[in-house]
Amino acid sequence: MSDPVLSVKDLKTHFFTRAGVVKAVDGISFDLAEGEIMGLVGESGSGKTVTGFSLLGLVDAPGRIVSGSVKLKGTELTTLSAAELRSLRGHDISMIFQDPIATLNPMLTIGQQMRMAIDAHERLGARAAEARAAELLTQVGIPSAKERLRAYPHEFSGGMRQRVAIAIALLHRPAVIVADEPTTALDVSIQAQILFQMRDLARETGTAMVWISHDLAVVSSLASKLAVMYAGRIVEQGPTATLLRDPRHPYTAGLIASLPAMAAPGTPLTQIPGTTPSLLSLPEGCPFAPRCDRATDTCKTDPDMTHQDNRGWRCFHPVTRTAEVPA
Amino acid sequence: MSSFLSIDNVSRLFGPNLTTGEKIAAKLGSKVETRSVRAVSDVSLSIRKGETLGLVGESGCGKSTLGRLIAGILPPTTGSVTIDGKPVMENGTKVTTRVQTVFQDPFASLDPRMKVGDTVAEGPIAHGLTTKGAAREYVAGWFERVGLDPVWADRYPHQFSGGQRQRIAIARALAMQPDVLICDEPVASLDVSIQAQIINLFLELTHDLELTCVFISHDLSVVQHVSDRVAVMYLGRIVELGPVAEVFGTPAHPYTSALFGSVPKLVLDADELVHFETIEGEVPSPLSPPSGCYYHPRCPLASEQCSAQQPATQPVAELRAVACHHFEKQLAKATA
Ligand SMILES: Nc1ncnc2c1ncn2[C@@H]1O[C@H](COP(=O)(O)OP(=O)(O)OP(=O)(O)O)[C@@H](O)[C@H]1O
Ligand SMILES: Nc1ncnc2c1ncn2[C@@H]1O[C@H](COP(=O)(O)OP(=O)(O)O)[C@@H](O)[C@H]1O
Ligand code: SF4
Ligand code: SF4
Ligand SMILES: [Mg+2]
Ligand SMILES: [Mg+2]
Repeated sequence: MSDPVLSVKDLKTHFFTRAGVVKAVDGISFDLAEGEIMGLVGESGSGKTVTGFSLLGLVDAPGRIVSGSVKLKGTELTTLSAAELRSLRGHDISMIFQDPIATLNPMLTIGQQMRMAIDAHERLGARAAEARAAELLTQVGIPSAKERLRAYPHEFSGGMRQRVAIAIALLHRPAVIVADEPTTALDVSIQAQILFQMRDLARETGTAMVWISHDLAVVSSLASKLAVMYAGRIVEQGPTATLLRDPRHPYTAGLIASLPAMAAPGTPLTQIPGTTPSLLSLPEGCPFAPRCDRATDTCKTDPDMTHQDNRGWRCFHPVTRTAEVPA
Repeated sequence: MSSFLSIDNVSRLFGPNLTTGEKIAAKLGSKVETRSVRAVSDVSLSIRKGETLGLVGESGCGKSTLGRLIAGILPPTTGSVTIDGKPVMENGTKVTTRVQTVFQDPFASLDPRMKVGDTVAEGPIAHGLTTKGAAREYVAGWFERVGLDPVWADRYPHQFSGGQRQRIAIARALAMQPDVLICDEPVASLDVSIQAQIINLFLELTHDLELTCVFISHDLSVVQHVSDRVAVMYLGRIVELGPVAEVFGTPAHPYTSALFGSVPKLVLDADELVHFETIEGEVPSPLSPPSGCYYHPRCPLASEQCSAQQPATQPVAELRAVACHHFEKQLAKATA
């Protein structure tokens, strides 16, 4: 296999707040190959967004990357200066946010904003820039792209604004795109269109993606591999289909089992007891222990990642049964 | 079929609601929207006692508006809603406590400065379901019912997790002893692992208390799980209605078929090349809906008739109805 385009090793990003240290990302590792899509799933507060921000060097005070490494095409990102990072962002690695309204400037036309994104990294004539912008809008499924360049964001629907944000992220054909729940706020029909296009784009352009989502079904149809986060750690990772069919970590197994599709209509769903922990008061040892029906005294120490073949899990008593396949 | 909750030819228009600035801008000749939106258009439904009706459709199709009309939060422009023959609203005011609501965001719907126990007790005291003296015990009963420790009644909303706050919101609705519960996206803002807990609570309570429910959700798998029947809305109209298994299994309306087809499914086979059925284009603006069948610009089965004539709602089978000129073609496709 060729070298990974993105390689993350034992990355830790902590927030030093008055209430205490929030270990939002606490030792995560993964590799991403060219054109590969990795789904990053987990509940709110598990550290998905902070992971994305860390990859792009966007973490602000009171937070910082405290240790670990992020290598993009061999370049270590965690030691770069702010200026060096800025020249990489949008060019070699870019991010798509959950809320496209926050990304787009309401005062500027779509064309002006795309032009600025082009100018940030490249010198192109007005004609060529417009052609490039229109080409990308077409690619993400916006009809009559040339005319649309003169429109303002408020003239677009939520789905179209998100497409524009994706087009901007794609402008310089970055090696890696981090997409933070970009379709969560959209309707299923629009979500399906965008997922479909993103999958084809990754295939055609070789752009690798980290696709952040809390929806297992969304990532299962898009990502070839999966990382499941809980309380700032990746608790399980591996090929998507393998993980969903044969989860090892009790949390992954619980998430899959609790899906309505896994129970007969009207019957009680399998539920994970308890609530997600506060990162300020994590229990000693395995953070999932208070909610885990397999927990023993051993779990009072923190499990390391166990690797087997191309997958891994952080659990002393992994689940081994095969998940039931829904009809 | 005996109808318990009846929604009869209900419509709701929203005017352009211009701000002063916009009115001035309009006078000065700026392009300001002055048309009104028909958020809910001539909807009729009969819901049996104890039945849960799921309400689905894309954002802006009118689900919440219909929910608020049924709950008596919003007066209809025309039409009426009755529970057991008695109107929910009279002269624009709600005249019954028999219908209550649970909303998506439990934080926004709870007063942050009020102890949650007092929030739950407020309505029942006001309507004589309990007294000030007995309220504590009354609330404790409902807390237990929804899986909350009664000693938490003295805490404030911010001291609870999202799932717990939703339980409080459910307790507040149920403490009014309603017959009808309108749930508008009750699990949408909850964590995945908490959603199952609240869905289970909902199933248990609706069954035990024989509640009649309207359950609004954009998550089709949740609706499929909790509902007896499902109504599919498009641009303010109900385009299909029927028992959940039948509508999901063999959709009679092309929109239903496309909507269900676009939901990502859990893919468990690495070699499976996932094919999304995507719906062409986007929902048209409700300010200027298309002629004839509202769905015709996106519909693969559309004919000339479809752009000229609005399809009437017609029965397909027992308890099943659809508004489509060519539903037989669609059914043939769905069963093929
Ligand atoms: N108070 C209001 N004033 C003007 N228009 C309104 C008002 N409330 C709703 N509308 C309009 O009515 C239509 C239906 O809105 P509604 O909130 O019922 O949709 P929904 O199906 O609940 O959508 P979502 O899935 O996004 O919650 C939309 O076009 C909306 O913009
Ligand atoms: N600026 C910040 N200051 C303090 N804590 C933060 C900050 N940003 C994020 N966190 C904390 O980091 C954790 C992970 O957050 P986040 O990555 O946003 O979660 P997710 O995207 O998985 O929902 C949460 O506990 C959150 O409260
Ligand atoms: S290590 Fe122990 S507590 Fe943690 S998930 Fe595994 S079995 Fe459960
Ligand atoms: S009436 Fe015509 S356009 Fe409307 S859904 Fe049926 S076939 Fe499609
Ligand atoms: Mg996030
Ligand atoms: Mg709504």
